[in-house]
Amino acid sequence: MSTIKSLEDLKKARDEALKKRELKATSGAIQVIVGMGTCGIAAGARDTMKAILETIEQDSISGVIVTQTGCIGLCEKEPIVEVIVGEQPKVIYGKVSPELARKIMKEHVVDGKVVTSNVIQM
Amino acid sequence: MRELSLHLLDIAENSISAGAKNISIVVAEDTTLDLLQMSVEDDGRGMSAEMVAQVTDPFITTRTTRKVGLGIPLLKFAAESCNGKLEITSEPGKGTKLFVEFQRNHIDRMPMGDLVTTIHQLVISNPLVHWKFEYRFNNRNGVFDDALIKEELGDIPMTEPDILNCIKGMIESTILEINPQFTQDTIFTQQ
Repeated sequence: MSTIKSLEDLKKARDEALKKRELKATSGAIQVIVGMGTCGIAAGARDTMKAILETIEQDSISGVIVTQTGCIGLCEKEPIVEVIVGEQPKVIYGKVSPELARKIMKEHVVDGKVVTSNVIQM
Repeated sequence: MRELSLHLLDIAENSISAGAKNISIVVAEDTTLDLLQMSVEDDGRGMSAEMVAQVTDPFITTRTTRKVGLGIPLLKFAAESCNGKLEITSEPGKGTKLFVEFQRNHIDRMPMGDLVTTIHQLVISNPLVHWKFEYRFNNRNGVFDDALIKEELGDIPMTEPDILNCIKGMIESTILEINPQFTQDTIFTQQ
């Protein structure tokens, strides 16, 4: 597995993040919310979130906040991922596999194009 | 759910729903006593004795409280199928502690699964909760406490790429320093 990580490594990473933030103009926060109720977890939400976090790491996507929520009453559509870009209305995706999660991160979060195939209309 | 760590994620979710500010997770393995124990303790709104009795029994649950579902009964069943038990102690206004125990080498015991990813996701996606994770292996223990991390980070989100990786590494190290042989699916390892 990976090398030992300590608080010292974290401090270095923090300073790097600070530098990047100074370079980058604020483009409006992007929020990604994953449904993590029992229904979501049983449907594979942990692997979906894992794919989201790995994409952020691998593609160095900065300025995204990833949070979780409980059951929102659409258990049959889990895993559910909600994406909010700045002031734009929330987009809700259903049946989000790890592959789809990576696609959403690349196309919607980075390029701003909604992945229309799995959008849930409320 | 086919992994103990997925159950852990589900139980921690209950603590979050209960409005907890501090959540402490312990995973303890003892190869001498042949035990695998997990506990989740929170300072959320807690439950009455009556409600505690309801959440562990799927046949009594009235489903008026939508926050409580099948998660706990399933875990209780899994534990009892492995010579283990599930106990909940709770006090309204104070918090809840759930404790679950398995015979570690029982043939039906679910694999631990991806414990690092589970703890990582809980910490990252619930930044307002103070998380403490302790891993014990026989008489050794390691603690991951996110208070230090948050103090260092200030207003920098934990979801920044390098920070994400670093926190994951810290959680992984907490476990591997105590038990270098730790793997997701180790079931029948002997000391």
